[in-house]
Amino acid sequence: MFERLKKKLRSFTDTVSKTIEEKIVEKGKAAISGETILDEGDVKTPLEELELALLESDTALAVVEELIPRVKANLIGKKVSRREDTHEIVTDALKEALLEILSCNNFDFDEFVESSDKPVNITFVGINGTGKTTTIAKIAKRLFDAGYSVVIASADTYRAGATEQIEEHASRLGLKVIKHQYGADPAAVVYDAVKYAKANHKDVVLADTAGRMHTSVNLMEQLRKICRVTKPDMVLFVDEAIAGNDAVERAKRFDELIGIDASILTKVDMDVKGGAAISIAYSTSKPIIFMGTGQGYDDLEKFDPKKFVERLIGS
Amino acid sequence: MLDNLSSALKKSVKKIVASKRIDKRTVDELVKDLQRALIQADVRISLVKELSNRVRERALTEKLVLNPREHVIKILYEELIGILGKSVDIPLVPQKIMMVGLNGSGKTSSCAKLARYFQKKGLKPAVICADIYRPAASDQLKQLCARINVPFFDSNSCGQKDVIEIVKAGVKEFSRYDVLIIDTAGRHALESDMIDEIRRIGAEINPEQRLLVLDASIGQQASVQAKAFDEAIGITGIIITKMDGTAKGGGALSAVAETDSGIAFLGTGERVEDFERFEPDRFVSRLLGMGDIKSLIEIADESLDKDEIETTLKGKFTLNDLYAQLEALRKMGPFKKLMQMLPLGGMDLNIDDNVYQVTEDKLKRFRVIMDSMTQEERNEPKIIDGSRLRRIAIGAGASTAEVNELLKYHRMMQKLLKSLSSGRGRGKIPMLRGMPLKMMKNLK
Ligand SMILES: Nc1nc2c(ncn2[C@@H]2O[C@H](COP(=O)(O)OP(=O)(O)OP(=O)(O)O)[C@@H](O)[C@H]2O)c(=O)[nH]1
Ligand SMILES: Nc1nc2c(ncn2[C@@H]2O[C@H](COP(=O)(O)OP(=O)(O)OP(=O)(O)O)[C@@H](O)[C@H]2O)c(=O)[nH]1
Ligand SMILES: [Mg+2]
Ligand SMILES: [Mg+2]
Repeated sequence: MFERLKKKLRSFTDTVSKTIEEKIVEKGKAAISGETILDEGDVKTPLEELELALLESDTALAVVEELIPRVKANLIGKKVSRREDTHEIVTDALKEALLEILSCNNFDFDEFVESSDKPVNITFVGINGTGKTTTIAKIAKRLFDAGYSVVIASADTYRAGATEQIEEHASRLGLKVIKHQYGADPAAVVYDAVKYAKANHKDVVLADTAGRMHTSVNLMEQLRKICRVTKPDMVLFVDEAIAGNDAVERAKRFDELIGIDASILTKVDMDVKGGAAISIAYSTSKPIIFMGTGQGYDDLEKFDPKKFVERLIGS
Repeated sequence: MLDNLSSALKKSVKKIVASKRIDKRTVDELVKDLQRALIQADVRISLVKELSNRVRERALTEKLVLNPREHVIKILYEELIGILGKSVDIPLVPQKIMMVGLNGSGKTSSCAKLARYFQKKGLKPAVICADIYRPAASDQLKQLCARINVPFFDSNSCGQKDVIEIVKAGVKEFSRYDVLIIDTAGRHALESDMIDEIRRIGAEINPEQRLLVLDASIGQQASVQAKAFDEAIGITGIIITKMDGTAKGGGALSAVAETDSGIAFLGTGERVEDFERFEPDRFVSRLLGMGDIKSLIEIADESLDKDEIETTLKGKFTLNDLYAQLEALRKMGPFKKLMQMLPLGGMDLNIDDNVYQVTEDKLKRFRVIMDSMTQEERNEPKIIDGSRLRRIAIGAGASTAEVNELLKYHRMMQKLLKSLSSGRGRGKIPMLRGMPLKMMKNLK
């Protein structure tokens, strides 16, 4: 029994010293050709700093903890020129990883609207107060400016003043709102709006749903029903850049229960770094298509992953 | 997600539970886990660092009365409670309250909730809308006020367009009401003109309370934002909204640390009734994802001399005792969790899972069944034979199976207590300072 153990140990030390030897040889070779090979020690400090930066930018811990080891694994063993700055190499690698998360499926909203059969039904969902209604007004204006005709479905029949709020936006923008009484079935409102759009040859229906907690079984079921009945062409999840770690949980739950197609990040003007974008994109694997940068109708920007990553990590 | 945390912690604790002393590595490991919990709860990173240092230092110097894990948690808990202080008390007196906060944080909803709170306490509230920006801000607040019969004032009530003028007119209009609640528009730190607006409102009417309304899910920006509001008007209290979701509220904690104020209320839903007084210990438990910290602290603080332990264990364990004990347990929270917190590691007590599963309903049934027993039967359950069993069942309107279940449960508990008092347990008597004692004290 001890013999076998000894043998095992022996072969273990053999392999270890062999890899060490190989490494030294490799390193030697690299050194001669003006290169160096990154090892754990080289990337440790820069990665720790970046990890901290991500956390301070509100990227959820759960995401950071999956991201950093991946970046690290890709870096170790890499041959780089001696003149290069390790810190820069590590930063670039992280940026690349972030970009990959943010640019999933290369989706283009304008193209989507253009190529879809009309009327296009776009339903907005999200938790309370994130900016759904305001964003709808902004997108309505954007579409209207691009020459589309837009109808708004006031499917938040629950929150006080919800109908008046969207009506006010619509009247400022000169748009039609389909509404029912407070307490009415929101699915019926969207259904009617689509019917209206069909009858009147409107291009786009934007459906405003009530904010809800992803933990509320009944309200999430209500949202599922809205989607079942009205079969939206696109479900947009709206969340705010000011959110911290919870962004992961709610994006995941909305995606799991409702199935979202893309997200919009609002309140980016609030002095935020916006790591929530990473959290949301990472946990849904869906693109972020717009960001809200204020309360005016034109405070809506197409989401640019590259620019956003720069903003997040800086250079 | 935080449940994962505790399983990770358990693993590291297992490694060290045998050694009663706490060493630096252990502390570092545990503190690291707690750091994760804090970061995940959105506590500001710099504050997390500060807290970790303090906890580390204290953990190494203070006496160990619990498992190392609980020792460290207890210290962190105390530090967090230290930051939060007591719940801010909004006195039940005539006053003006101004609500401020970021866009969509829940100010308008909280105005109605607060009005309802004072109304229930017998004061006469009235509400003024000072949000002239958000479309239908007035309609929203007006509808909420109508539901609870609270008078409402806005730009339309006075024909004014200027925020300061509206507020002035509203305060005048409602001079005979006790509590005036002023709702302001959402704004953020970078909007200096808007921040200046609340400063001017504040200067004009001197509200006794300036409450900052914060969303539970706010991240690292919480303290920066809170600071801007605090510098402008001096925050006297915080309301955390949307606590009914999964957000932990660490941002609000950071805001408290930044502004030196405290938390007054929690919003726990969209309805007017979904409003709760803030309780620091519950908040911290939720923040760390551990539902039972308070009992843990109680356990740690409870000290009992050895004699008392011995007599308690030697005493007979009757059905009466069982009932008292179950009641005590129910009050203390999940039994299983409590057991896990104690240094039971080396004892290897194989506790039947059924022991833990006493629901409140079952407790009630047990009580009914015991009520139809004689005093003698309760003291000496062994004498319950077949005919006594049937009599008890009929008397309680229960099945004999149910009565048997109670008796079985009693035997199980009896066994557990015996094993605790046996040699195996006695060597590790520290655990007896803990939970079982507390429940045993209730036996008599
Ligand atoms: N600063 C800023 N504020 C925004 C932005 N988007 C929305 N808001 C504000 O956030 C607040 C809430 O916006 P709403 O559009 O009502 O949010 P909602 O998601 O429809 O809210 P509910 O329907 O109540 O769930 C309002 O004060 C908006 O003006 C943004 O991009 N930047
Ligand atoms: N689930 C839940 N929703 C809440 C809570 N408090 C407020 N809300 C919802 O959050 C959303 C925003 O609330 P409002 O009261 O309009 O927020 P506000 O701060 O007045 O918003 P602005 O005036 O636009 O800045 C609404 O949908 C409310 O119903 C809460 O405690 N729980
Ligand atoms: Mg809305
Ligand atoms: Mg409001």
